[in-house]
Amino acid sequence: MLEAQDTQHLVVVGGGMVARRLIDALRSRDEAGRWSITLLCEEPRAPYDRVALTSYFTGRHPEDLALGGQELWDDPLVTLKRGVKAEVIDRDAKTVTTSGGAVLDYDALVLATGSYAAVPPVPGKDLRGAFVYRTIDDVADLRAYVEKRREDLDRPVRGAVVGGGLLGLEAAGALQALEVESTVVEFAPRLMPLQVDDGGGEGLKRLIEGLGVTVRTSTATSKIVGDRGTVSRMEFAEGPALDVDVVVFAVGVRPRDELARECGLEVGERGGVIVDDACATADPAIWAIGEVANIGGRCLGLVAPGYTMAEIVADRLLGGQGTFPGADLSTKLKLLGVDVASFGDAFAEEPGGLEVVISDPVAGVYKKLVMSDDARTLRGGILVGDASAYAALRPMVGRELGGDPAAYLLPEGAAAAPAGDLPDDAAVCSCNNVTAGEIRCSVTEGGCTDLAGVKACTLAGTSCGSCLPLVKKLVTTELEKSGVEVSNALCEHFDLSRAQLFDVIRVQGLTTFSEIISTHGRGRGCDICKPVIGSILASLGTGHILEGERATLQDTNDHVMANLQKDGSYSVVPRIPGGEITPEGLIAIGEVAKEFGLYTKITGGQRIDLFGARIDQLPTIWKRLVDQGFESGHAYGKSLRTVKSCVGSTWCRYGVQDSVGLAIALELRYRGLRSPHKIKLGVSGCARECAEARGKDVGVIATDNGWNVYVGGNGGFTPKHAQLLAEDLDTETLVGTIDRFLMYYVRTADRLQRTAAWVDDHEGGLEAIRAVVIEDSLGIAADLDAAMETHVDAYEDEWAAALADPEKLRRFGSFVNAPDQVDDSLAYVAERGQPRPATPDERTSGVLIAGTTLEVRR
Amino acid sequence: MTIDVATESPALTSSTWIDVCRLEDLAPERGVVALMGGHQIAIFRTFANDVYAVHQRDPFSGAFVMSRGIVGTRGDAPTVASPMFKQVFDLRTGECLDAVGKEPLSLRTWPTRVQDGVVHVALAGADAEESP
Repeated sequence: MLEAQDTQHLVVVGGGMVARRLIDALRSRDEAGRWSITLLCEEPRAPYDRVALTSYFTGRHPEDLALGGQELWDDPLVTLKRGVKAEVIDRDAKTVTTSGGAVLDYDALVLATGSYAAVPPVPGKDLRGAFVYRTIDDVADLRAYVEKRREDLDRPVRGAVVGGGLLGLEAAGALQALEVESTVVEFAPRLMPLQVDDGGGEGLKRLIEGLGVTVRTSTATSKIVGDRGTVSRMEFAEGPALDVDVVVFAVGVRPRDELARECGLEVGERGGVIVDDACATADPAIWAIGEVANIGGRCLGLVAPGYTMAEIVADRLLGGQGTFPGADLSTKLKLLGVDVASFGDAFAEEPGGLEVVISDPVAGVYKKLVMSDDARTLRGGILVGDASAYAALRPMVGRELGGDPAAYLLPEGAAAAPAGDLPDDAAVCSCNNVTAGEIRCSVTEGGCTDLAGVKACTLAGTSCGSCLPLVKKLVTTELEKSGVEVSNALCEHFDLSRAQLFDVIRVQGLTTFSEIISTHGRGRGCDICKPVIGSILASLGTGHILEGERATLQDTNDHVMANLQKDGSYSVVPRIPGGEITPEGLIAIGEVAKEFGLYTKITGGQRIDLFGARIDQLPTIWKRLVDQGFESGHAYGKSLRTVKSCVGSTWCRYGVQDSVGLAIALELRYRGLRSPHKIKLGVSGCARECAEARGKDVGVIATDNGWNVYVGGNGGFTPKHAQLLAEDLDTETLVGTIDRFLMYYVRTADRLQRTAAWVDDHEGGLEAIRAVVIEDSLGIAADLDAAMETHVDAYEDEWAAALADPEKLRRFGSFVNAPDQVDDSLAYVAERGQPRPATPDERTSGVLIAGTTLEVRR
Repeated sequence: MTIDVATESPALTSSTWIDVCRLEDLAPERGVVALMGGHQIAIFRTFANDVYAVHQRDPFSGAFVMSRGIVGTRGDAPTVASPMFKQVFDLRTGECLDAVGKEPLSLRTWPTRVQDGVVHVALAGADAEESP
């Protein structure tokens, strides 16, 4: 390790989120390298996003929970020791002894040991099938156990969560995701007793029961009964017993202060290392931060105050004077898909408060604002069922709201969020402590021009993301103020965005480019707007993409209905719906490849790509393929590509539905649908997900009761798992749902915007899309359905149609003045028994060289 | 169609006008490729019925594909975009108007004219002699 003479050594004990923040903060400020840091991590992995733990059940992998950039661990001044626990602190010698027996000297020591999950002293708490909910390993064990039990029992698994607080509802969400029939048992008379009042708790209970989770409040667990050492039943102080296969304890956390106790540091009555408002203990070399710190007489179980403490210690270690300003205990969560937020003086504890309450059990919404006695200043509030106002309201705590408070509680859209006039010192992102002023400054002085830039520059919205709508509004307002036009214009020829253009063309029934550009644009278009309009016209079912003037709009791929490759040749992909192909079909494709000397490769979409065709060979190749019963695979189009499938219940021992049959039906239904970008679908016949459907724009996964449909998945540059749109649908409802989702995407997405980005950018996100697609919140469902029917009815094979039209075939000539001459710019060499384009060196050295009919197969 | 357009330069004394095809063989706002004097030359007809000839070789990718690009305008300039990596060129001069983040490279151009419905391209003497 490179250390300057006067480098001091900091040991951080405990590898949680707060420790990570401390090291981040210290390394970014300690430019002189005054501190070298060793982090002792008891868990076998670097700090991860514990707040997002439940998302591990909805398909995320442990690595998705990683926090921030991994380059921090490559910093020569930072040593990360994973799977190493601190055993003893010797305050006199200033050393820490680790579980590995190493003795580390320290100049400063920070305790960031966090908490452990408390387990109440209930008989039976140690049975197999009783879990806590705290670490990735807890969660992984729970999942493995549930899956094993389901196989052994051959029936749905039943579970209970002890504790109806924040963590308990998280755990219930995890059980739901594992398809466990669950019950939440809470000792207090309402759910989330620390965050919401009785009205909110009641609303929350109704919403959660609506999701199929049973809730028992005012219930004390008295005993867990086992059957051969395994959890089988729960008994309560009152009321009937409950048969269960798995129990999760989520009754709260206790600070892990044993190291401090053992070395004689003072701890609080209910635990926690006592620190002052600088996070310092009585020992000047020892600090405590995060959940283990007892600050102002209590331990704080939220990440935001922990981050604040980390910043303070980083500051103090460098000689600063930062102090803890008091904790903002505001929280906004989505538990089991239900929004819950609580902020400021939520319980109106300060005297003289007025409460404005809107409770709508039908809509499943409970909202309360606590105002000062003159009803002008916001003190706090509770939002259950719809927390969309949270981002705008939380920064207003302690400030005059301006206007009727009730207006803030009306459904979204009824009242404008007050983003524009937020004071500069109002904290917008409480996770990373970013103020409105800092966000504005990143635009005006930092030169950020979009949301992504502001996120990278200020870190706002990078942890829980709940403030993002507000950040976006602030950024847009600031950009507009500074004269930067936030333009949706497609290109220099059109001021409209793709979605606006789509509507205009659809509503006015325009069918030609000349008409569209003369009425809504200027000039003669370009390589940006022309393909967009070509695609819109095709989506609207105006006929063949190469008909008349429309041919001029197409990119070369669409223009010759093949994929341009690097040397100017093309590749050809016949459609193989669902990846199912007969031996005769395989032979036919093989013969075509052989005859034309094409390189063949199996694609990721379960079909066969034939490379190295000259433009003038395309009609002959396709004549052969069409005669053999193949049709265009649209590999060249911004359109449906493939529906990938696993083999499904027809052959597979584990399959529960016919995934191949469904994949074929879907591929035949959506083939030829032109869209803002390519669309890929996948269908898996069981939860093992062999078709990798969640990496697709639309993924369908079979369940015992039907199909689950996921949307917005994406491979490519920024991979993303698709998110659940609807569950247990029958086939007809599934197809209707996909119809609407795709058509809504086709109509409203930006140019070249995949579904993943579209879902993210859509106002209100997936929830809002679900409302449109399933609940018809915009009243356009019938219209979307009709549009898809029109598409399905009007489908024709583009290649068969082109082959039947001499006018369309003219474009495939080689040279206009020498139609019999072959393009001699194409040259190939053999590699692994197939042709490939010659490299520039091979061309000049003349080793090869043959045209596209290179004989390489022996 | 009786269009008579000439974009030749008057200084072209040593070059030869060579017939390529009839104007009606060219679809408006698309290109074709001709084989002339050993060169592959992309020929475009714009919406305004002007005819332009540029090298078929895309200077950025080295592939012979320019005739397959999308024809349009940038301001007043008639343009073609390479189908390979979308660099945009002025059809009149071959100047690169949008290099898509690369160092600009320009496209060779040839003079053209339309006489009696026939498209001609002027090849310099040396070019014409290469003709097979």
